[in-house]
Amino acid sequence: MEKTIHITLKIWRQKGPQAKGAFETYQLNDISTDSSFLEMLDILNEKLISEKKETIVFDHDCREGICGMCSLYINGHPHGPDEDVTTCQLHMRKFKDGETIIVEPWRSRGFPVIKDLMVDRSAFDKIIQAGGFVSVTTGGVPDANAIPISKEKADEAMDAASCIGCGACVAACKNGSAMLFVAAKVSQLALLPQGKIEASRRAKAMVTKMDELGFGNCTNTGACESECPKNVSISHIARLNREFLKAKLKD
Amino acid sequence: MKLFIINSSIGRKLIMSLSGLFLFLFLTLHCFLNMFLLGGPSAYTAVNDIMELPVVTIMVPILAAGFVIHILYALWLYWQNYRARGEVGYASGKKSETTSWAARNMVILGLIVLLFIVLHLTQFWAKMQLQSFLGGANQVHADQSYDLVANQFRNPIVSILYIIWYWVLWFHLTHGFWSAFQTIGIDNKKWQPRLQIIGIIYATILAVCFTSINLYFLFGFGA
Repeated sequence: MEKTIHITLKIWRQKGPQAKGAFETYQLNDISTDSSFLEMLDILNEKLISEKKETIVFDHDCREGICGMCSLYINGHPHGPDEDVTTCQLHMRKFKDGETIIVEPWRSRGFPVIKDLMVDRSAFDKIIQAGGFVSVTTGGVPDANAIPISKEKADEAMDAASCIGCGACVAACKNGSAMLFVAAKVSQLALLPQGKIEASRRAKAMVTKMDELGFGNCTNTGACESECPKNVSISHIARLNREFLKAKLKD
Repeated sequence: MKLFIINSSIGRKLIMSLSGLFLFLFLTLHCFLNMFLLGGPSAYTAVNDIMELPVVTIMVPILAAGFVIHILYALWLYWQNYRARGEVGYASGKKSETTSWAARNMVILGLIVLLFIVLHLTQFWAKMQLQSFLGGANQVHADQSYDLVANQFRNPIVSILYIIWYWVLWFHLTHGFWSAFQTIGIDNKKWQPRLQIIGIIYATILAVCFTSINLYFLFGFGA
């Protein structure tokens, strides 16, 4: 049996980057609890189109939790109240009948609002461009045993590489810090032989770019870790600190 | 490279971390010496003789610098973080789980601790070391210092304020301890919970020791 709920939505509407935004309230009835949060927003947008009103702008792409495109700060949590999922995999069964749901864009100086719920996350691309790569071609896939890598390191690198760059860490941080993102990107390469060689240069370049783009200073509250849809651990932040300080002391 | 402790976020945090650990050491020494109060006037006077040695006099400005750097960097970082948050706050609040309540409130906890430090310095330091810097005419010397402490701590209002202070400090230290190691980079998945527990135990020992001194005088013990 399909269950349906009635909900009230308070959604942030903002015409453009410079415009002053405000919340607008919408009523939606008979929403299936099996629908995803984004499907629910699609239904709302269909309704707005039929009423000849402007639709709500929000980011989304793959809708299967791997592209990192969806965002939304829902009822006090980035990616909503569910654990370890992105907004696209959040379902309406997580909400109660008659509930008021507040939907806001990511809030941080590093992520200015473009329109409504869509924010500009190109700052992350700039940080990657500053050093989040291996600068020589490492060729095709090597034989499995050609370069021995310990299981622990491979696991750690893989966990770090699970970061999809959605920006939930910045959205959750009371300091608007991008440290979890940068730490994940530095770690995934520093742990492996191909990336290790440039670890110092990479850590310095990416942290410098992160600071330059106006992200805050990490105070180790761990809010990022608890909201990360991919469960990236703040132990990577310790590694980033280590890599950065080692590099600076060597200079 | 030399300016990374000013120019980079991790460099600035390194200064917070190292100055914090330095203050931890100071607090440990302070607590250890104060425990001699429980041994009566002669034990405490002996300890206080140490406090009038030249090496302690040299340490005073270094210690003061440790405090000033820790506080100024904290305010600076707080200001930067306040700006980094953006102009608009979240209407639905911040409900993210954090490592501790203290982690979210370090600045306010630190400011409360600072207010008490001012009170504390006027009550003791201003009457002892400061006077010796000023020539020593009105100085409360080692042999009278036990009475000075006993008189202050027998006042219930003063003692209760001090006890509140210790436990505000406790919150500050529980986050500060492991956070300092995280910032230096001496931390990983295995050591994070261990350092957090060591921090809580360490802070609890300090707070309990300090509290016991106040309770000792408050309940009328001591000469």
